Amino acid sequence: MPSLRLLNVTKRFGALKALDDLTFEVKDGEYLCVLGSTGSGKTTLLRSIAGIIRPDEGEIYIDGENVNNVAPEDRSAVYVPQTYALFPHMTVIENVTFGPLAKGSDRATAEETAIKILKLVRLDRRADAYPNELSGGMQQRVALARGLASGAKLLLLDEPLGALDVRLRLELRTELRKLAKGSGLTVIHVTHDQEEAMTIGDRILILRKGRLQQLSTPYHVYNRPEKIFVANFVGNTTFLEAIVENRAREGSTLRLREGLTIRVIDASFEPEEAVIVGIREENTSITPEPRGDEPNRLSGEVTAVHFLGSFIRYVVKLTNGDEIAARAPIRGAKKEINEGDWVSVSFDPANTHVYEYPPFGLQRELEAS
Amino acid sequence: MPEIKVVGLRKVYGRVIALNGIDLTIKDGEYLSIVGPSGCGKTTLIKSIAGVVKPDAGDIFIDGKRVTPLPIEDRGAGYVFQEIALFPHMNVYDNVSYGLMVRGVPPPERTEPVEEMLHMMNLEEYVTLYPKELSGGARQKTAISRALTSGSTLLLLDEPLGALDLKVRTALRYELRKLVKDLGLTAIHVTHDQEEALSISDRIVVMRAGQIVEAGTPEQLYLRPGKIFTAKFLGEANFITGEVTEAKEAGIQVNVNGSKLNASTKGKDYLKKGEACVLAIRPEFVNLSSKPGKVNTWGCEVVGASFVGDTMRYEVRAENGVTLLVKTLTTNYESGLEAGDKMCVTLPDENLLVYRQPEEGLEKALSLE
Repeated sequence: MPSLRLLNVTKRFGALKALDDLTFEVKDGEYLCVLGSTGSGKTTLLRSIAGIIRPDEGEIYIDGENVNNVAPEDRSAVYVPQTYALFPHMTVIENVTFGPLAKGSDRATAEETAIKILKLVRLDRRADAYPNELSGGMQQRVALARGLASGAKLLLLDEPLGALDVRLRLELRTELRKLAKGSGLTVIHVTHDQEEAMTIGDRILILRKGRLQQLSTPYHVYNRPEKIFVANFVGNTTFLEAIVENRAREGSTLRLREGLTIRVIDASFEPEEAVIVGIREENTSITPEPRGDEPNRLSGEVTAVHFLGSFIRYVVKLTNGDEIAARAPIRGAKKEINEGDWVSVSFDPANTHVYEYPPFGLQRELEAS
Repeated sequence: MPEIKVVGLRKVYGRVIALNGIDLTIKDGEYLSIVGPSGCGKTTLIKSIAGVVKPDAGDIFIDGKRVTPLPIEDRGAGYVFQEIALFPHMNVYDNVSYGLMVRGVPPPERTEPVEEMLHMMNLEEYVTLYPKELSGGARQKTAISRALTSGSTLLLLDEPLGALDLKVRTALRYELRKLVKDLGLTAIHVTHDQEEALSISDRIVVMRAGQIVEAGTPEQLYLRPGKIFTAKFLGEANFITGEVTEAKEAGIQVNVNGSKLNASTKGKDYLKKGEACVLAIRPEFVNLSSKPGKVNTWGCEVVGASFVGDTMRYEVRAENGVTLLVKTLTTNYESGLEAGDKMCVTLPDENLLVYRQPEEGLEKALSLE
């Protein structure tokens, strides 16, 4: 039942810092999702923990033991890479039982465990197939099964559901977490899929350009994003540029362009400071009757309507030219709102997040790389 | 502004029937998406239209002209696929003007269409950059620009956004739709991303096992899917089997494990008393509350809860043994429910989709293969 600790871990590839001074802990039995876009350092992080890559600086501890000089095979961790490296001349079940048999497990036990795990990844009926007879998604599931069957208690999964069909990916999410929890595994699961991270992880670690942006529960990541990048990367948020007009104990008034004002609950910035305010699309409501501009109830013209299935998304251009997006649940969508309609958008001051104006501008801050 | 007609298209690879008699008309100026599980034939279909794959039988007409024997370059279609294929040794400008160059358009006459396209796609600041210096999104925009500069009015998009990160993908899909509409193009877009298909298409074609299951507008297919497979594949749905106990003009009453459900059956009057049927309901239409509703309401216990940002996903088990997935907006609850909580589920009769029990059995009817 391993725990994991990283202390100031940095890894450079030439001039690029793939991992930049990472310090964090993963508790014994925890399911941690590492979320980031392409090039954020997710895979480098896993490979460093597995021992395949040697960090340039910093320390890695597994179960309290410094493993910097421990070979990959001697770390109590198994790494399941994104590209499923299966033995081509072995059947599915031979691939899955390979590790346990090599470690001296008896065949009957190894096969029993293997079948159980293959059932879980929906491949028990293909136990005798060879890798080249399987689709990419199936091969990925075999690789995952092999990792799960290895007996290692620290599982390092690199996009384990990435190559699967959407439907199967949804099903396997819950199964994977159940299995990890049932077997007392500690898991680090790398993904670029925010919903996957939210559903499976006890906590989520968000990486951007090798730096830790936030490490907290899914609920906190979503409801209290500490950085603009996080608010943008997880969920759907409109960002507006503003200047603090005044502040009181219960909140502040912000001035948008062209003198529109809004109230926010945040009171941590001084008057005349430049800030960015973030409002979640689902916390923005839209009504067909424009009533003129009042604080937090602004009128504008609908410039786009997008049907998303369970939601309808509207983009509204305010009178000052700023655009704000709102999403309304399809259920209870009463009156039809169309492109070109004048509407009101409103939001609760409590559902806003205010950030310091980034030194290189908003756009730069939203970019993943 | 071409109209595309596909008639009796068949393609067999060894023992796999990739296309099993496809008839489809894509209207002039239409944005059509094709979705379906892996291996359903959607890629073979678009490749056949492009002229990359030669069908075994059937014909393809572009604007009334039979193009079946024509090679890709003579079909007047711009083809963009997931693996971004730009010339690495050419900068953005030269990549985009390539099509005009090979057609022998002299350099002075290339300037205007190329610059117009670069302007429309917001690529002006990248003109001197080479593909490897671009982000994934900018690279794919360059590929789309290149496909269009040669004057094609038919745009064939084979998972064009599949390799991009979520945020870029979402932003680009709206740009893509806008571009197609602004230029009056006809677009056929293959995707595995249902939300992408729902949000930007005029019409969606759902395929399975080499055949078209159903075609319709996003709203039709999501809210009133005619085929049970569509309900399963587009979005999420709960399926409940039962037996018709009463069949009247306005609706039917169904016995589900001993409890009654009323469903409205407008236009589905073929269900008779005593017949087996399947009811389907989207998880966001199931009402979960501490109080019972008026009709179609059952006591239930929450067995699983997961937080997905703007929505909570609950798995509940009703008193009659039926398990349901329920999605509620997080903004509706101060704090989420937990496993073990006793609640009531209500299934509004107007949101219940009614299907005749499939002859091949429910599992087979919903299967992705």
